[in-house]
Amino acid sequence: MDAKYTTHEFDVLVIGAGGAGLRAAIEASANGLKVALVCKSLLGKAHTVMAEGGIAAALGTVDSRDTWQQHFADTMIGGNLANHWQMAQIHALEAPDRVRELEKWGAVFDRTTDGKGNINVRHFGGHTYKRLAHVGDRTGLELLRTLQDRGVHQGIEVFMECTVYSLLKKENRVVGAFGYFRETGSPVLFKAKSIVLATGGIGKLYRVSSNSWECTGDGFALGYLAGAELADMEYVQFHPTGMVWPPSVRGLLITEGVRGEGGVFRNNLGKRFMFDYIPPKYKDKYASTEEEANTWFQKVIVEGRKEETVKERKPPELMSRDVVARALWTEIEQGRGFEHGGIHLDIATRRSAEDIKKKLPSMYHQFKQLADVDITKVPMEVGPTCHYMMGGIKVDPETQGSTIDGLFAAGECSAGMHGSNRLGGNSLSDLLVFGRRAGLSAAEYSKKIKTFEQIDESELDQLNHEMNRPFENPKGENAYAILSDLQQVMEKGAGMYREEKGMMNCLKELDQIKKRLEKVSTEGNRMFNPGWHTALDLRNLLIVGEAITRAALIRRESRGAHTRIDFLNYSESFSKTRVIVKKSAQEMQVSSENLSQIPKDFEAELIAKNILNEVVLNQLRGKIAAH
Amino acid sequence: MRSIRLKIFRGTSNSGEFKEYTLEVEEGMVVLDAIHRLQATQSPDLACRWNCKAGKCGSCSAEINGKPRLMCMTRLNDLPVNKTITIAPLQTFPIMKDLATDVSWNYQVNKKITPFTPKSNAEWHWEQKDIDRIQEFRKCIECFLCQDVCHVLRVHQKHSVYAGPRFFVRMAALEMHPIDSADRLPFLKTDAGLGYCNITKCCTQVCPESIAITDNAIIPLKERVVDRFYDPIFILFRKLFKKK
Repeated sequence: MDAKYTTHEFDVLVIGAGGAGLRAAIEASANGLKVALVCKSLLGKAHTVMAEGGIAAALGTVDSRDTWQQHFADTMIGGNLANHWQMAQIHALEAPDRVRELEKWGAVFDRTTDGKGNINVRHFGGHTYKRLAHVGDRTGLELLRTLQDRGVHQGIEVFMECTVYSLLKKENRVVGAFGYFRETGSPVLFKAKSIVLATGGIGKLYRVSSNSWECTGDGFALGYLAGAELADMEYVQFHPTGMVWPPSVRGLLITEGVRGEGGVFRNNLGKRFMFDYIPPKYKDKYASTEEEANTWFQKVIVEGRKEETVKERKPPELMSRDVVARALWTEIEQGRGFEHGGIHLDIATRRSAEDIKKKLPSMYHQFKQLADVDITKVPMEVGPTCHYMMGGIKVDPETQGSTIDGLFAAGECSAGMHGSNRLGGNSLSDLLVFGRRAGLSAAEYSKKIKTFEQIDESELDQLNHEMNRPFENPKGENAYAILSDLQQVMEKGAGMYREEKGMMNCLKELDQIKKRLEKVSTEGNRMFNPGWHTALDLRNLLIVGEAITRAALIRRESRGAHTRIDFLNYSESFSKTRVIVKKSAQEMQVSSENLSQIPKDFEAELIAKNILNEVVLNQLRGKIAAH
Repeated sequence: MRSIRLKIFRGTSNSGEFKEYTLEVEEGMVVLDAIHRLQATQSPDLACRWNCKAGKCGSCSAEINGKPRLMCMTRLNDLPVNKTITIAPLQTFPIMKDLATDVSWNYQVNKKITPFTPKSNAEWHWEQKDIDRIQEFRKCIECFLCQDVCHVLRVHQKHSVYAGPRFFVRMAALEMHPIDSADRLPFLKTDAGLGYCNITKCCTQVCPESIAITDNAIIPLKERVVDRFYDPIFILFRKLFKKK
């Protein structure tokens, strides 16, 4: 083909340079292949830097009772059994090795104070034991920088500020990708023997979100448009603690680490209300009274006693995110919130100013600088914020292979690991474990492919023409107005609480937005033009928004992050299925398939060891009442 | 709601000028919010980088009223009211478009640094106090504000012979790692041009992560280079005992 479009050839093309993409690229490159890493921003700026609290791994450095089996069980119970059990198992088994490997590559984790100088771990929601390896409250940055420095010395070729617009296929196999560079706007073709999607999340779909401009669901849409199946799209995590004031920072994340270090919620009556919201599955594991919770706090957090020696249970502020977010939402809805529509999160009365600054330095600065609030003196005001997508590209649990040959996915844009609700800390471990596996599988796949495929130039012309459309459309609506409306439609129709009528309406409104998007217009030219980028990203957001709504309509039960006002309970039949979304010739095709279940003997073994509880399993399977 | 006036650089490295804008803003907004509102309402093709909007990714660096700062962490309230706010791209790097500059040189410098090289017989245990100082360096978010303000780069354009404060911080983190075994002092002395730094501490002043770049990273590295290459007693000692 004549070089009408700048063309590169790589054995493995990794799209997305957050933790999962970098880890995949490192692995593929370590296997001797020629690897390209495409990032939408500059290298090292990906949304992984926003991960604060830590990496979950059963290292057992602080609490020797911790095991991979317990981590597996916590992940499954946290995800309300909607997880692909095999992914949760692989994850729990391999996470400790991935953390130690990161240390060998130069990450500098906080240390234990017991004189042994091991990696220190902290408490986080839904984890039975202290389990999160961390670096203050900037663990994501540490992980990303470590991988970045490892990667650049390994010969990975990095294409910064480059956005992929479409995957290219021959029959059922991916053979390349087509996109553009932000700086110049010029198109670029990557021919590849295999592709790893690691594009992160979808946060920009909602008005109140902790995510950056990059999180526009690119991987989901690229995979979907190429014909890959998406799974579990109804599960969108709302993190309980986002900032609520000033308006410009609404949604900005406040780490769960605040609660891990002893922070508690209070409503405007001064009541510590979380004790009223403990679901049956957590009844045995969390303190039932304020007194018990405070004694635990005093012994474990303040005095630093070993948890094994403490009979009290931990405070309910440390339950999983779906449970806590719903509690906050309910308190706010029922009028017990504060002036800016949030709930108080108090660490000031719990820890000394010195401890707060040492343990939660970014939180201290964030509030001081952006809200004039000194968190060592007064409570923070917080509320739920869209944070994470549990659903995504359906992948094989071992290889991370999608339903398209040569296409792999890892990290947030893949599905299965987290079920209906992700536990804090499981994201960083997820992207290391499955990033590595995706890179390895892609490398093995590419080794079997002999040559690069010819790409039909007319297909590229067509795509390039599509990308140009916002400039050619007659002057009309700009992309920002459409984005803002889309966010409101999603918040109203398919947000934290859902019901059939609202979702049906949401689908109609999405359809109208789709029509408006066809006529979107952009000023200027293709050189570094954010208005144009937003117009193109909107295609992806709309696909994801529709997939979420359609999947949520099908699941007529409440499970984890998916709460249906019209179906509040766990349903026995839905506990065995996962919802699949796929492209068809006309409209989005939605179906259900069987969800793989934990093998009976493995389950029995964990019940016998008191790691899983049969009653809780039956509740989550809708066999006995739970709500 | 109040109205502010902004003067923003618009253009490329070939041609460009400051353009004036008037904008309605609300309480609590930061400079980056003002830019976003401009994009949404007046100037959709205004180029600027941003990601986390929380001071954690270091993308939105610019010069606000002449001072290198992160746009996401600069509140409009903290700037003089009733005066036009000037927003310019970083001066030390070539302009791509508007507020986006070409910072690729930094990535090239980073590649030349010998990566973390643990001792082969290392014990992977150490105390918190052994790593406190390198954890300070590892807070760096690569906003490149220190590079922007450093006169060796900004005024003297020594990009080809000088690594800049960002990479002195990175090398300090590696050199002071309890089990690193690589030797970066010859590189620091020659290719990285550590000697060009004359400790004006401008980098420390602009660091949004409050890293004591000069005192904790650059000066200790300078001392190590001096000990190795310029201290006559050390040189004699090494000659006598045939140590490196």
